Amino acid sequence: MTAHAKPASATWVGRAIRRLEDPALVRGDGHFTADLPATRWVRFVRSPVAAGLISDIDMPADGLVITAAALKGVKPIKPMLHKFNYRPIAQPVLASGQVRFVGEPIAAVVAASKERAEDIADQVTFSFRDITPVVDIPSALNPAMPQLHAEAPGNVVVEGRMKTPEFDAVWGAGHKTIKLEARSHRQNATPLEARAAHAAYDAATGRITLTCTTQMPHLARTAIADLIGMPESDLRVIAPDVGGGFGQKMSLAGEYVVLVWLARKLRSSVAWAEDRRENLIAGFHSRDQIIVLEGAFDANAKLIALKADVLANVGAYSCFPTTCGVEPLMAMAELPGPYDVRHYQCRARGVLTNTCPMAPYRGVSRPVLTFALERLMDKAAQAFGFAPEDIRRRNLIDKFPYTSATGLVFDEANYKQTLEMAVKAIDVSAFRARQKKARGEGRHFGIGFATFSERTGYGSPAFAARGMEITPGWENVIVSVDPSGGVEARIGSSPHGQGLRTTLAQIIADEIGVAPQAIKIVHGDTDRTPYGWGTFASRSLVISGGATLIAARKVRAKLIKIASHLLEAAPEDIVLADGNAKVAGTDRAVPIAQMAREAYTQTHRFKGEIEPGLTETGSYDPPGTFSNACHIAVVEVDVETGRVKVEKFLVAEDAGRIINPMIADGQVHGGVAQGIGNALLEEIVYDEDAGILTANLADYLVPTAHEIPPIELHHMETPSVNSLTKAKGLGEGGTIGAPAAVINAINDALAPFGVSIDEMPATPQRIRAALRKAGK
Amino acid sequence: MTDKTVITLHINGRAHAVSVEPRRTLVDAIREDCGQTGTHIGCEHGICGACTVIVDGEPLRSCLMFAVQADGKKIRTVEGLANGEDLHPMQRAFMEHHGLQCGFCTPGFLMLAVGVLERDPNIGDEDLLDVLSSNLCRCTGYQNIIKAVRAAAKEMRK
Repeated sequence: MTAHAKPASATWVGRAIRRLEDPALVRGDGHFTADLPATRWVRFVRSPVAAGLISDIDMPADGLVITAAALKGVKPIKPMLHKFNYRPIAQPVLASGQVRFVGEPIAAVVAASKERAEDIADQVTFSFRDITPVVDIPSALNPAMPQLHAEAPGNVVVEGRMKTPEFDAVWGAGHKTIKLEARSHRQNATPLEARAAHAAYDAATGRITLTCTTQMPHLARTAIADLIGMPESDLRVIAPDVGGGFGQKMSLAGEYVVLVWLARKLRSSVAWAEDRRENLIAGFHSRDQIIVLEGAFDANAKLIALKADVLANVGAYSCFPTTCGVEPLMAMAELPGPYDVRHYQCRARGVLTNTCPMAPYRGVSRPVLTFALERLMDKAAQAFGFAPEDIRRRNLIDKFPYTSATGLVFDEANYKQTLEMAVKAIDVSAFRARQKKARGEGRHFGIGFATFSERTGYGSPAFAARGMEITPGWENVIVSVDPSGGVEARIGSSPHGQGLRTTLAQIIADEIGVAPQAIKIVHGDTDRTPYGWGTFASRSLVISGGATLIAARKVRAKLIKIASHLLEAAPEDIVLADGNAKVAGTDRAVPIAQMAREAYTQTHRFKGEIEPGLTETGSYDPPGTFSNACHIAVVEVDVETGRVKVEKFLVAEDAGRIINPMIADGQVHGGVAQGIGNALLEEIVYDEDAGILTANLADYLVPTAHEIPPIELHHMETPSVNSLTKAKGLGEGGTIGAPAAVINAINDALAPFGVSIDEMPATPQRIRAALRKAGK
Repeated sequence: MTDKTVITLHINGRAHAVSVEPRRTLVDAIREDCGQTGTHIGCEHGICGACTVIVDGEPLRSCLMFAVQADGKKIRTVEGLANGEDLHPMQRAFMEHHGLQCGFCTPGFLMLAVGVLERDPNIGDEDLLDVLSSNLCRCTGYQNIIKAVRAAAKEMRK
């Protein structure tokens, strides 16, 4: 028996069945946005300067060129946060009077072909009155520098502060303090499919169908209808196959608003496909942070108090819906990490610069805060003369549920056990012996640890606690069996590679006794699916999975009632399996397809005890759950060139119940690969004029097969009461832990030279600079 | 630049007579003029390999070739890999080993791997890794792609 079938007694959940998504994708039959034919094509003309007042626009006479002047009545994107001194700032969908970053769209050219649109766009020229650009965090905070938005004095757009009650007394109590400044440079999520949109006008109804590369089709519809001032029911949003998102396609693109406006105005279909340069300069950035972190440790190397100052460069505008508070405020809430520390003080600011807006990217702030915290742990270990694994043993939370210093409730887990599982699997002492021997031969190997927890599947209260105007927490799922017996689940989540069609089908299959291969999951279409928030934040399997389970259980209960009528048996004797309802211990059975038919066509037989039809809704809004993991990287550093080779990567992870091990492992692999890229390669570089130097994939380096080592995975499954399916999310964990593990390993390798690399990416240039400074 | 030329692209055994500007890239012609949208565009500057197709037996990036340069040549795209309902061993292996997630890079990887293995069925593991590192995937972390290609290589040698 292959893994894709199952023995009668087993469940579908927990099996590595092949993905139901794959047959179409391997045949090239997937439907991606840019595959749609259009009558007209749009090219956006983007600002070549980082800061300036637009004094003149020169347009060719023969082209249709739309600027902000034509879009009167279209509101700017103005996300809201009701806490943390957030200053509401607005982004016009096309720059209006002023540009604030290189790549900001100023005009939209419409033409009959892509090529023609580009030709015309090349002839659109602007004159600017220059404003001195604010390039980075220090210049944003310099009072002599210009202010990007009048609403945000001092270029600070959000500022959170917190301090636990006894912090000052404890901080002054004479503990050993360890301090570092961790710097994460700017990165771009770089989905292989850049953003694209296609807006079609239906003459009969006046409706617009917007097909676009979004992770949140329902909210995109709400937001675009609001901004344009059109009835939401006149807009249908479709997220077809989406070629990776990683958070970048969660934030609203102003370009989509322009497309919908154009389709209505021109009563025509219009299409836009972003090129890679546009994506790299204007498709949202992330991770640009400085964290100054100081820990106070007692004599046993136990972390007693933690003090943090977080500065996030959020770029020129605030992203919708999370707002630009998402990075600094998540850092503030989650910086104590998986460690038991009761005293905490944090100041977290988001500052504006003339750079591309920041938006969530897989892991959001946590790859950076984990990097900072894990560097602190390693430095403390060094100061106390402990091994890195020892200091973590002394500090990891080991009683659950645990309420953190910032008020987060960590649900049932075993953080120390995942650490021990990883330490055992890697054989640290054998590594140390090898490291020592290699050093004698002039080779430098290092081992690096990262222990962390990953907050996943959190519902609306978590977003409300952040003061968000939009709290994208719950999900609805409708499971139905049609009169022919076809099972379909319509979901508000919007997967784009996560395999949710397969895992949700596995969950339903166990409840109603139908094979997952026969179950269809419908997503990414506001006309066909219930309102929901989409796929982001490692939430879909937890929240949509929970809602699916609720709906499927209702369908199951109804099928059992129907079967009990048709088979004249007690409900408790009915078993649903293999597409039939059976009376246990007998050969009496009725096919589910027949029951479904009768649920619609023979309702009189159920004497009013069963409502007609076979459609049930499940709704789920959970409190949130924490996965956790220990990552270990083994690297070799060439001290002459600064080149780092990741030799091995090991993950011990607890994500609760695993619905499909093959898919779960794939998520971890992909996350770790992005984390390794973040650690070593990926950096968006601006010059002193805030011009962007990394506008192609030869300059912005994402990892290839050569840079990713074999990844060894170990799982444990601590079930959580905070997740109906017992599954915890794991989509982001790989990316959260890997940068810290890799850079800790580099530092371990370079320990003989007394250097500390606290910047990511740890490029060869940075490693060589540190070694040079140390006289090597 | 904008004067059109009539060319014939032989895609998966079918001749497409199309009229293209000299500047039209092969990938645009395949997708828009011939309607074969399984080949994807990831970067248009020859780095990501999402647009890889096989031209006269060689896997190449169709964003770096003009359509007119492919006039009369035999082009194979992902749509031509399966034989009706029977998937190519490479397609089966990608499914079996979870070598795809979002599926956007997949057609390019399939054509790259098939093209190389048809030319060099006994390619060594290290050389194969070199070849596979010429395309980008952002979802899988490559481990399962490598596994899938190695498994398909065995199957194709049978």
